[in-house]
Amino acid sequence: MATADWNPLGETYYRKCEIYSMEWAGLVDLSKFTVAAAAYGGPIALLKDENKLNRGATTNIKPVVSVYNAAGRLLSQIRWSSGRIMKMGWTIMEDLLFVQDDGVVLVYDMFLGFKRTFSMGQEAKDVKILDARIFTSFQGTGVAVMTTSFRIFLITNTESPRIIRLAEVPDLNAVPNCWDIVVMDRQVRALVGKGSELYIVDQGGQYQKQDPKTEKEEIGDYLDLAVSFNNKFVVLFTGKGHIWMGSSDLLNCFGEFETKTAAKPQQLAWCGNGAVVALWDRFLLVVGPQKYWIKFNFECPVYLLPEVDGLRIIGNEQHEFLQRVPPVTEQIFKIGSMEPGAMLYEANREYQKQHQKADEYLRMIKERLDVAVNQCIQAAGHEFEASKQKQLLRAASFGKCFLTDFRPESFVNMSQMLRVLNQVRHHTVGIPLTYTQLEHLSMPVLIDRLVLRKLFGLAILICQYLKIPDAEGQSRIMAHWACYKVQQKHVDEEQLARVISQKLLERPGVSFSEIASVALEHGRRQLAVKLLDYEPRASEQVPLLLKMGQLQPSLNKAIESGDTDLVYTVLLHLRDNQEPSQFYMMIHTMPIAFSLFIQYCRHQNLVLVEKMWEQEDNQAEIAYTKIVRSYGEDTMDIRTKILEESSHCFHRVGNIFAEKQVEEQIKLLKHQRKLEDEMGLSFVDMSLQQTLHKLTLEGAHMAADKLRKEFKVPDKRWWWMRAMALAESGDWAELEKFSKSKKPPIGMEAFVDVCMKHHNKQEALKYLSRVLPDHKVKALVKVGQLREAAEQAAENKNEDELIYVLGKVKVADKQLADNIRQKIEQLGSRR
Amino acid sequence: MATGAAHLSSSKLNLGLLRDFYRREFLECIDKCLGTKAIVWDDGLTGPFGLIAEYSLLKDHEVEKMFPLRTGSLPPSNVQNIVFLTRPRLELMEKIAQNLHHEETKGGYKKEFHLIFVPRKSLLCERKLKEKGVYGSFSTVEEFNMTLIPFDADLLSMEMNDAFKECYLENDFTSMYYAAQSLMTLQALYGTIQYIHGKGDCAKQVVDMMRRMRDEMGGREPQVLPQIDTLLILDRTVDLLTPLLYQLTYEGLIDEIFGINNTSIKLPAERLGPQPSQEGVESKKVILNSADTLFAELRDKNFNAVGSIVSKKAKLITAEFGERHAAKTIGEMKQFVSKLPHLQATRQSLATHTSIAELVKECTDADDFIDALRCQQEFINGLETDKVHPLVEECIAKSEKLSKVLRLICIQSICNDGLKPKVMDFYKREIIQTYGFEHIVTLNNLEKVGMLRPHGARTYQVIRKSLKLIVEEVNEQNPTDIAYVYSGYAPLSVRLAQYLARPGWRSITEVLNLLPGPKVEEVQQIPAALRKRRSSISSSQSSTGEQKLTLIFFLGGVTFAEIAALRFLAQQDDVGGELIVAATSIITSDRLLDSMGGDCCGTMEESPQ
Repeated sequence: MATADWNPLGETYYRKCEIYSMEWAGLVDLSKFTVAAAAYGGPIALLKDENKLNRGATTNIKPVVSVYNAAGRLLSQIRWSSGRIMKMGWTIMEDLLFVQDDGVVLVYDMFLGFKRTFSMGQEAKDVKILDARIFTSFQGTGVAVMTTSFRIFLITNTESPRIIRLAEVPDLNAVPNCWDIVVMDRQVRALVGKGSELYIVDQGGQYQKQDPKTEKEEIGDYLDLAVSFNNKFVVLFTGKGHIWMGSSDLLNCFGEFETKTAAKPQQLAWCGNGAVVALWDRFLLVVGPQKYWIKFNFECPVYLLPEVDGLRIIGNEQHEFLQRVPPVTEQIFKIGSMEPGAMLYEANREYQKQHQKADEYLRMIKERLDVAVNQCIQAAGHEFEASKQKQLLRAASFGKCFLTDFRPESFVNMSQMLRVLNQVRHHTVGIPLTYTQLEHLSMPVLIDRLVLRKLFGLAILICQYLKIPDAEGQSRIMAHWACYKVQQKHVDEEQLARVISQKLLERPGVSFSEIASVALEHGRRQLAVKLLDYEPRASEQVPLLLKMGQLQPSLNKAIESGDTDLVYTVLLHLRDNQEPSQFYMMIHTMPIAFSLFIQYCRHQNLVLVEKMWEQEDNQAEIAYTKIVRSYGEDTMDIRTKILEESSHCFHRVGNIFAEKQVEEQIKLLKHQRKLEDEMGLSFVDMSLQQTLHKLTLEGAHMAADKLRKEFKVPDKRWWWMRAMALAESGDWAELEKFSKSKKPPIGMEAFVDVCMKHHNKQEALKYLSRVLPDHKVKALVKVGQLREAAEQAAENKNEDELIYVLGKVKVADKQLADNIRQKIEQLGSRR
Repeated sequence: MATGAAHLSSSKLNLGLLRDFYRREFLECIDKCLGTKAIVWDDGLTGPFGLIAEYSLLKDHEVEKMFPLRTGSLPPSNVQNIVFLTRPRLELMEKIAQNLHHEETKGGYKKEFHLIFVPRKSLLCERKLKEKGVYGSFSTVEEFNMTLIPFDADLLSMEMNDAFKECYLENDFTSMYYAAQSLMTLQALYGTIQYIHGKGDCAKQVVDMMRRMRDEMGGREPQVLPQIDTLLILDRTVDLLTPLLYQLTYEGLIDEIFGINNTSIKLPAERLGPQPSQEGVESKKVILNSADTLFAELRDKNFNAVGSIVSKKAKLITAEFGERHAAKTIGEMKQFVSKLPHLQATRQSLATHTSIAELVKECTDADDFIDALRCQQEFINGLETDKVHPLVEECIAKSEKLSKVLRLICIQSICNDGLKPKVMDFYKREIIQTYGFEHIVTLNNLEKVGMLRPHGARTYQVIRKSLKLIVEEVNEQNPTDIAYVYSGYAPLSVRLAQYLARPGWRSITEVLNLLPGPKVEEVQQIPAALRKRRSSISSSQSSTGEQKLTLIFFLGGVTFAEIAALRFLAQQDDVGGELIVAATSIITSDRLLDSMGGDCCGTMEESPQ
């Protein structure tokens, strides 16, 4: 009978089924140990309990800590060598925490490898702690301690401990009977029972006295309390044997129960969200909200561990699971159930017996066959035994045949999940997850947990089976495997590198740098170097290479990546950690590194740039850098000196032209300096042409002429400069004189130009007559004599010129435009 | 959908997606600091960010104040957070440090400081801030990886004006790394690009980096249906001539004359005609993008064709306004009224572009422009290139803008395959004596990047002839060849793109070998599930009738005339397919040459007297 192990509790049923017979049977007596088990089918830690051994108050023997999987298989064992352990418990990452009496928390992995340690604060250290709680917060796993001064300190995340002090309970000067942590709305509070009073204290320094509503007048002192897995419910146990259950804000009461015993239970816990269990030695009482109850007797002491959907009961021989029979299971198996699922299940059984009744059952639920199939699928998920799962899935599969548009995903998914669950429940793995727990935990986390247990092979098989993308599945697992592998000191590095690279090289998304850094942590440098060579991400690879002192490779890799920032990271590291000559030798052969370093130097100091080029013996670059640097110098002597050096550099490389230019510049600077002294005007930093221009403006024609000769200024430029400067200064007489000094190499039209530029038509006209016919049209246009321009163009018989003039004619002057068009036509017809 | 960016979504590749992506990322970035905030902007970022996030959006995210990044002290404000938004440049770090020092002496209400680098953090900058003792003042230091800014439906720019200088002069390939990253971002949004072609050293670098980045992703590749078929990456050094030439398209000329900054220009207000403009406003901002349908039509036309289009439009609109007199029934009237907003917008746009065209025409009609253009035409036809050109000599003698002088000399150098020593030394000496000795550095820089070089092997004529760069008969009104954008010269870069599309680069192997830098070809594997199904196996290009999409990435900048030519290409049937253009920045000859100036040189925009 499927319902044989069902116990009614009011309208619901509870069932207790064995999940493992413990491998430790006969070897372990739980009554001698402190037990801590991790939720979601996690491992069990045992600590030899001095008190339980009755050896007297103080023994110097250090206790032994052992970790077993949920099936009682020993995973690891160590002799404790640190301080006195007050509390032991697991984090959600399946790390084992030990809280010592001095408030120090030590973190170990499942295989009892030490990870790290942190403290719960100065006060805990100074006055010691009385008790501790390990709880699940919204950020991870939290730890709370109560000091001997009855103050509570807590952290909400063991990964980044930040100590929070809770408010004090008023007038608390004795050990409270009971206390626990409640996490609600991202707030962590403590519930403290002090005699017959109950307080909630919070982070904000507030305390609140609580008076849970009860049907009894007096319920006595609060002896024990427990918070449900989801933190929504609380159960209280009082000195008069009264059980009160309700919401965790203590405002709503769901039920009360009289146990008629005043003895404080050894353990008080929630079983899912629907019932509370209390344990006295070998007697377990299950209490529901409506005063219904069930009792169980055990042959040996047991340990209770609440899960999200039930309660694990760990004993010397057996590991059992107590849960409310899931509603869907109830619908199918409850005696006399008329639910479609139940009918389908029956139909399938008859069908297997090849009995016609199968058809009758099916007809009865024809309309609701899809519901029936879904019920069977769901119910299969809640079974531990493979044979029952199969029966239910077969029923579902049978029903599915009669449905035309049933989507198979739910069936396929459930089959896959069950296959995975059955695998991890196997006693060698020892993770007794229920389907509900797996839904909470999620598949990636389950895979992580397998990896934590070093069950790499199984994890990979599951990933392959579920077709999880490589990057999230297989590759990641392989990477973890590699990290584990590099820690195996007995294997040869050469061989390890080969094995790891063989397995991981073609895998996308494997972080070789992570594996390498693990290798490095374990002192295997050579291996780390080898592994790092496979890392595709330069940004990960380069810093580690630097850390390992692999300077040249780190520079090569950084350059290859093209990431300038990475190259600078290496370059500056090299410069700071090496002799200059060594550093230079290194970047000498790498043009990109060299150029980038030059850029860096350019921002710092140009002298540095010169030094770099000196190392390269690049005289031309030195020369140009010196020129740029000379402009930053204030005193003329230094400027001249740097320029002289620059000219020597040009000389050395045979750049005669540049050498000459620098020399001329030095000469020019000297002249300008002299002119400044003589005329009281500034000239330095002007070009030669600007100097001449300014001199002309100032009327210093002699000085200008002298410079012109010395620097061999070409005629045309001299003439333009002079004409423009004279026009600008309005020295029209001098301009005219200049125009007559000889035949202007720039043409007389230039004089028209400069006059018009300064809007002096009067002067411009003076030169007009001397403009050669070829340039006359443009000159006439410039002075605005369009009609004359048109005539000149016609005279020149030049069509282009005519068109040019036409383009300048204003729209209003229609007569002229027509005139010109006519002329163009005439020209055209004559041809 | 993001507001004010409808024009980005009008092409086959919806660049609005990219904009939305940046918006989301940016908001996520600034939302990290809680409470009211003031943003201190690096000037170089205000333009690009204006295209991504409008002020009202920032306001919704508690941005109450905006300040430009300046030396000295920050203006007073009572916000909880100060967010510095800056490019990773050392000189900007100085300013930030000063701001923070002043804030610390101020006292009063304690503010939190945040620093966001665009597009990436930089070790050197962080070191600088540490040296200045302010790095610790920042609560957060973030990076916001915005590299490619959508300018228009088919145009993306990284707005890195110094990319050319950094890569080819300073050997600093940071911007190429950003370019590779931006291409990875594009692939994340629009799928893996199957075919990659490239020419030039930097193109090779970028493709190498992309390959590395793909490896680094380790199999986490974008699961997006590929929308871009081909990527063409071109180094600016492959075609240095084109950006030096005078652009003759409408948009190109506007950029050369006024300088388009992040799709907008500033014009003298009084020249924009009788508009309801406020008193005292000297300049008016005009936004130039395809949201303005008239501009979309005009932008890529040869300027000589603009006048007739504008006048045609003017007549059309007058006629349409005239319809109201013809409207008799209420129905007709209603129809007219419903068209009114559109008509008014068109009329407004028509007025604006008439004014702009007039301003442009003033410049193009000027003697010096015509002379320079004539000189340029001589050079590209290979005439008068081996001796000192009288116009260049005259320009120097008249101390005209150095950028103009250098432009002509560089064109001459390229068209003559380098200058003879005598000519070269003459030009150099003239420039040094006229514009100042400091330009010996500028000239050296130009030689380093190859814009100016001593006489060498003859290649220009070969390239010119085999790629048909010179087109004699150009119809500027109804063009038949890309050469219309330079009135007779077809940009080499665009010719390369044209040959790649059809018949393929194999037909021009010899020419490609004459151009500098390696040729790059790469095929990126696309997961089978994302491959396009071809209806027939035999023909790979035209069978499905589906248009191919090609992305062309210019490393070192692109000109508007080139973009116009590419748009023209995309419309031609024989090329088949749409084109998207991306570049490190939009350049003009002036901007390109200006970046070549040495540290000790001022701007070349001003003439020295």
